[in-house]
Amino acid sequence: MALCTNYKTRKLKDQLVSLWIRFMVLLVVALPLIIAFSLFYKSWLILGHSSLSELLFSSVWRPLAGKFGFFPFIISSVWVTFIGLMLTAPICLLSAIFLTYYGSRHLLRFMQPVIDILAGIPSVIYGVWGILVIVPAVGKYLAPMFGYESSGFSIMAGGIVLSVMLIPFVLNILIEIFRTVHHDLFDASLSLGATKWQTIKHVVLRKSFAGIVSAFGLGLSRAFGETIAVLMVVGNVVGVPENLFQPGYPLPALIANNYGEMLSIPMFDSALMFAALLLMVVVVVFNIISRRTIIYLESKH
Amino acid sequence: MWWRKLEEKIVYLLMVISVASLVILLLAVLISIFVKGTPYLSWEMVSQTPKGGYYFGREGGVLNAIVGSLYLSFGAVFLSLIFSLPLSLAMNIHLRARPKIVNRIRFVLDILWGIPSIVYGAFGFTIMIYLGIKASLLAGIITVGLFIMPIMVRGMDEVMKNVPVSLIESAISLGSTRMEVAFKVMVRQTIPGIVTAILLAFGRGIGDVASVLFTTGYTDNVPTSITQQTATLPLAVFFQLGSPIPEVQNRAYASALILTVIILIISIAVRFLSNKYYSNRH
Amino acid sequence: MEDTKISIQNLNLWFGKLKILNEINIEIPENKVTVILGPSGCGKTTLMRTMNRLVDLQGEARISGKIMLDGEDILNTKRDITLVRQKMGLLSQRPTTLPMSIFNNVAYGLRLKGIRGRKKLWPHVEKHLIEANLWDEVKDRLHDPASRLSIGQQQRLCLARGLAVNPEIILADEPTSALDPISAAVIENQFYKLKENYTIVLVTHIMRQARRIADNVVFMYLGDVIEQAPVDEFFNNPQHKMTREYLRGAFY
Repeated sequence: MALCTNYKTRKLKDQLVSLWIRFMVLLVVALPLIIAFSLFYKSWLILGHSSLSELLFSSVWRPLAGKFGFFPFIISSVWVTFIGLMLTAPICLLSAIFLTYYGSRHLLRFMQPVIDILAGIPSVIYGVWGILVIVPAVGKYLAPMFGYESSGFSIMAGGIVLSVMLIPFVLNILIEIFRTVHHDLFDASLSLGATKWQTIKHVVLRKSFAGIVSAFGLGLSRAFGETIAVLMVVGNVVGVPENLFQPGYPLPALIANNYGEMLSIPMFDSALMFAALLLMVVVVVFNIISRRTIIYLESKH
Repeated sequence: MWWRKLEEKIVYLLMVISVASLVILLLAVLISIFVKGTPYLSWEMVSQTPKGGYYFGREGGVLNAIVGSLYLSFGAVFLSLIFSLPLSLAMNIHLRARPKIVNRIRFVLDILWGIPSIVYGAFGFTIMIYLGIKASLLAGIITVGLFIMPIMVRGMDEVMKNVPVSLIESAISLGSTRMEVAFKVMVRQTIPGIVTAILLAFGRGIGDVASVLFTTGYTDNVPTSITQQTATLPLAVFFQLGSPIPEVQNRAYASALILTVIILIISIAVRFLSNKYYSNRH
Repeated sequence: MEDTKISIQNLNLWFGKLKILNEINIEIPENKVTVILGPSGCGKTTLMRTMNRLVDLQGEARISGKIMLDGEDILNTKRDITLVRQKMGLLSQRPTTLPMSIFNNVAYGLRLKGIRGRKKLWPHVEKHLIEANLWDEVKDRLHDPASRLSIGQQQRLCLARGLAVNPEIILADEPTSALDPISAAVIENQFYKLKENYTIVLVTHIMRQARRIADNVVFMYLGDVIEQAPVDEFFNNPQHKMTREYLRGAFY
């Protein structure tokens, strides 16, 4: 009898847990939709007020006059992201190749914590470093080198800081991708008389091309949403920058600097939510495409 | 043939430079934070709250931010754990026979992981207003908890999916319910991995600004209840660095150093644990 | 007496502390098929990877002894190792088509040797595809990705690709294990024809395959060479007790 009730409570517990699990699975799967929907709901007001093309392509940003053109912010985001990726790409590619194909196991064992710590450092710390090192360097040396006058707080500084933050993120993905290239293929090329580098250039890079693009796609989506570090060094001046040594004002910085303070103007509130929605859509789209590609490649492997 | 050799040498050199630059960049960041922060790190700094307002007061320390950060991160980790542990257990026990569903959940989690923290911040703020909660420790815990959840689940999932099916099946065939398998077999088997995932999530949570920027508010005091506003270390860096007063800026540098040290300790702990986990399995 | 192409002398190899090859001595005659036979895990593949120095890629390998190729010790050669490797075409267990077109797969090694331009490459590509008995099947679609071919066709493409760099030796590591019986027969048949011009070393654990195409057989077990003999002698009158047991199917 005792055994029987014991069994019953165990069974009941198990069923309760199953219910809890179902609830959670549903919640997790629905969460991105919930977030997207609530942002969409909040940006409804601005979408009714201005057309989408006006929001995306107008450069007139006068919230108090009801003019919300996001173009300066979008173009700043694009520039910062672009510079970040351009600077990070060669370092990540070369390092990933070296660590996968040239370095000894000891080197990898030494480098893994280095990469992990780079990945773990909070973005506000990169921001402080950017203010201490990168901003003065850009203002004093880099900008004059190209013949520009700059305070240092600029698109360029944002891009440089961003590129450092992207390194560990992209590098880890690239190493994973190079590992999926089968070593038989490597052997085949070598035995035809290719050197290691020729093999990498003609075979490995070609074989993993889609994966490399996806890695940078994920990097792009990470870069596009990076907020604080970029905000701290980018200058935050509204306007379409004429050159890379001028200040910019990326979308995440716009949200971070203004949100919660302008609630008295509903339209402004809604505009910022629209910015968040825009950010989310770009990030998620790039994420989905890149991840799908990587999953596809891994399943083929 | 000479150009082929030259190309090879140049590329090799570039690769060595790239790898070296990783180490150099890490050192550059750490050194500048340590050099700037160490002079201002004193007993007063870690034991007192700022006097006369965090933005203008020249006296006092950053105790409010240290304690606030710890409260916030522990709270968020705890909240997230309530969801993450059962979910990752379920993915690897209850749903093991249905890999399609599990892979779909993993995919959604990866998407959630990719959403920038500023979006979580905006979302958290919307929820706050909807529920009528003011900027507070509680609102921050909810937002950060959501934001670190995918990191935690994926971390745990990564170790749990390596537990062989045979182990689970044999436990079930001995008459255990699935929940007993979960806690008596799975959790025990993967505890270092679980702790690693928790630490990583903690590190992410304690360092993030964008998710707490609108949700926790900021105060000079150490919060005494979860409905009060709170300071955090990254916010202390962010806000105080913008001050025109040098003493206040110094507090920002000290906060940055403290935060960096916390992150370094977490990194070392994670490395230690994962080495241990690795050597246990082999 | 036939000429010796490769002579392996007192070869030892360790991975870390683990000894994989133990005092290997093998003579590989020119223009013959030498089959290295043995159960899996006996060191056959490692031996083959040592012969074309692919083992160099595994950082922890330690080697002693000599591998003489035409009188030159390739383990201590001053020559560019890639030139040594070009002397030996490799055919591995699974076809390893490079991620490019059929044509470019065959042209890959030629381009590395400095032959450039489609016009110059064309006759070579055709010749070697014919040699590998693949030409008729692919001549109309040379610019399709190689990955679209069937597995058997891919393996023959790998053979053509290997032949294109003009090797003197073909190293084949269980080249038919992933193939259907018909493709396998085609490959075996090609070996039989190719030995007129090439020295062939074939690693396998299939006794019947050894019997079909070998001139000489080397039997290895757990890193040791147990016995080496001409094929008839090996199968009809094995000297060693372990060989007899293996031939009876006593262990794998």
